[in-house]
Amino acid sequence: MNYAYYPGCSAKGSSADYEKSTQAVCGMLDMNLVDIRDWNCCGSTPAHAVNTELSAALCARNLDIAAQQGVQKLLTSCPSCLSNLRHAAKRMEDPAFHARVDELLDNPTALKFPAVTSVMQGMAAHCDADEIGRHVRRNLGALSLAPYYGCLMSRPAEIMDFGDPENPTLMESLLGACGAKVLEFPLKTSCCGASYGIPEREMTARLSARILQLATDMEADAIIVACPLCQMNLDLRQKQAANSADARFNMPVLYFTQIMGLAFGLSGDDLGLDKLRVGADGLLLKIEQAASAQRGSAEGGKA
Amino acid sequence: MKDTIDLGKKRDDAFITEVEAHSGQKFSTCYQCGNCTAGCPAGFAYDRQVNQIMRGVQLGLRDKVLNSRSIWMCLSCSTCSLRCPNNIDVATVMETLRHMARKEKRVAVPKVEKFWFSFLDTVRAFGRSWEIGTMALYMLRSLRVFTDLDLAPEALKKQKLPFKPHSIPDGGAAAVTRIFKRYRERAKREGVRP
Ligand code: SF4
Ligand code: SF4
Repeated sequence: MNYAYYPGCSAKGSSADYEKSTQAVCGMLDMNLVDIRDWNCCGSTPAHAVNTELSAALCARNLDIAAQQGVQKLLTSCPSCLSNLRHAAKRMEDPAFHARVDELLDNPTALKFPAVTSVMQGMAAHCDADEIGRHVRRNLGALSLAPYYGCLMSRPAEIMDFGDPENPTLMESLLGACGAKVLEFPLKTSCCGASYGIPEREMTARLSARILQLATDMEADAIIVACPLCQMNLDLRQKQAANSADARFNMPVLYFTQIMGLAFGLSGDDLGLDKLRVGADGLLLKIEQAASAQRGSAEGGKA
Repeated sequence: MKDTIDLGKKRDDAFITEVEAHSGQKFSTCYQCGNCTAGCPAGFAYDRQVNQIMRGVQLGLRDKVLNSRSIWMCLSCSTCSLRCPNNIDVATVMETLRHMARKEKRVAVPKVEKFWFSFLDTVRAFGRSWEIGTMALYMLRSLRVFTDLDLAPEALKKQKLPFKPHSIPDGGAAAVTRIFKRYRERAKREGVRP
């Protein structure tokens, strides 16, 4: 089944592995993600921090292209893109605002835009836990995973429509359907320091350190994320976080699509695992050891 | 005693009306419970906590509020809005204050704004953002040697950050450049800082 898709800029840069694993897992679930044509950057935090109308104009161009293509529902992986697109769509319902934004664009935009939703919610709408379970080839039962959504995916609740704004549970359901042990992770929607890594490193280092420390204390095997910026802060910047907290971390940080792909039996190559700074080899080893122990006891049982 | 609020000063009613109009929020209901501050992850970097900013707005203290570092360090995480018992969208108030401060050329934390413009410049040129370009422009603007040099070896080895921008095919990049052009021209006409 085809779905209209807005990849977002990170998919072509720092989160190429999110993109690759999303395509691979969705492909197995018979979700064919088709890019809308000519999409542009949503403006991310900098655009809305600077000016609401500029931010909305960048988003509205994408929403309008999707509307012209007859799209009813648009999926995106990145929570920041999702937040911006949804905020813009909401604000554009105000005719005065719509007119101001249209002034910035080549052509007046559609009066009705398609609904925008996350790939995660798209997956849950497309298939149920049993369907996901049918694809599982590797048993993740040996892993304890800390689900981390970041602050954008579920807030503000009226705009994002992602369940409880401080306790979303969709990722837990997906990971559970793949057979993993999912921890109750209290910091799952707290902020990682967002885009301050460059101008104000201490902000990002400190907030990310809190999350990494708690996951470490809870003996998580990995933190599972859904946001390119969170992944970058927790993984690529993990040493900066450790330095700021005077701690040592060795915590793999995988996208939920990467861990689902592992459960589905896909290879590290298919999922872009080589892009992770803290590698996933330890996870794979643990999965493999559990599997051989199980085989061993099964054979033992037969003998 | 420089942090106490001087009630003797004349309050700027125009400022209050302006913040209300732009944010769409009625903050007269704020009773200073401090919930917003309690949940704010960025508070350690603020010169005034977010409940103090709210109080400052209520009292019409334009200078104190718009010159504050806090409105630049806010992460827009919306925790404050979620936890406010009076349903005030505090995060939107913070964003509105930042917009107002920018328009008046009050930028208490210039490097944050420099970073945003570095990012937006890549979008304006290519229609899509480009991480390495953003960092290079930020280094130029802030005249600082790349603060993330420690990340470079890892990022390069993993080819995490592409050296070439990813431009939109079929003239899309030019359409985005035109959005920025119209935005700047309009700001100029309206006499505000873009
Ligand atoms: S949470 Fe709401 S009522 Fe309480 S101090 Fe903050 S803005 Fe005021
Ligand atoms: S939105 Fe800003 S002020 Fe509100 S809790 Fe987050 S960082 Fe603090």
